[in-house]
Amino acid sequence: MRRFWLFIPLIAFVAVGVFFYVSLHKDPSMLPSALIDKPFPAFQLPDLNNPAEQVTEKDFTGSAALVNVWATWCPTCKQEHAFLDHLKNDLGITIYGVDFQDDPVKARQWLEDYGNPYARVAVDEKGTLGTDLGVYGAPETYVVNAKGIILYRQVGAVGPDNWPKLEAALKKAAGETE
Amino acid sequence: MSQFLRVLGVLACLLLSQSVLAAIEIHEFSNDAQREQFNRLTHELRCPKCQNQNIADSDAMIAANLRRAVEQQVKDGRSDKQIINYMVERYGEFVLYRPRVERETWLLWFGPAVLLVIGFITIAGIVRVRRKSMQGDMGELSAEERERLKQLLDQDTSK
Repeated sequence: MRRFWLFIPLIAFVAVGVFFYVSLHKDPSMLPSALIDKPFPAFQLPDLNNPAEQVTEKDFTGSAALVNVWATWCPTCKQEHAFLDHLKNDLGITIYGVDFQDDPVKARQWLEDYGNPYARVAVDEKGTLGTDLGVYGAPETYVVNAKGIILYRQVGAVGPDNWPKLEAALKKAAGETE
Repeated sequence: MSQFLRVLGVLACLLLSQSVLAAIEIHEFSNDAQREQFNRLTHELRCPKCQNQNIADSDAMIAANLRRAVEQQVKDGRSDKQIINYMVERYGEFVLYRPRVERETWLLWFGPAVLLVIGFITIAGIVRVRRKSMQGDMGELSAEERERLKQLLDQDTSK
């Protein structure tokens, strides 16, 4: 019994060591979204391609979809854009866009230059929807089911490496609606 | 020549200072209580993007957005609690530098105190065990031992 007590510091050391080693490989910028399993926030913003019309959260619901937050000032969004085009054209996935704190003129030009993967784009010039969504930088992508409940959030570019996770969330979103 | 350099220096200072001024945000409040509340909240809320800065210090775009949101809500007369709830609903507990006391944060809040108590109990235990064993060694001498001690002491004094 006495012998056992002598090993306590070693055990404690190993436990702390494992904890720190695991923490070392975690990405501290990966924060859980506060909105998972909550409804997409209500908003009313102008449509990018049709500024006279308003887009609301109801336009983003109806089927399982991705909501992509992007901006022309964001280099990672440019990098991501080709993959979004691929998702829309080759896999037929519905993607809605939120043009975040951006100039709508530049944004329209951007979609002309790089293709438009979005079913609709809401222009969030002041970033109010971004704040309600808990966005802390573009790009961010949300998986939303038909009822408009947020199931998943991807911070940073969507690409082949993280697509399986989003696809799984999207399948789950589609399954729930049937 | 030196005159020219001096003028150039002054000009440079003026130009530079102007560019610095341009970066400063102005938040105007109608009373000191609101200004104080704004300062207190922006120093206590953490910028989600930059990890270890509060939103008062950070230059990130999101920090500016959150400062604006706080300013607006302070002006609307919302309480600290309401504003903090607004932030937590959107950005999670992460935005709080001073986490709320909840089941999930019990370890954080009470862990150190529990460790301290465990430490004291351990020390008290060790002290008690030591004292006991020392008492065992230095307790009453047997008759034989006393006799021998007396002999030794006598030997010493006889010299």
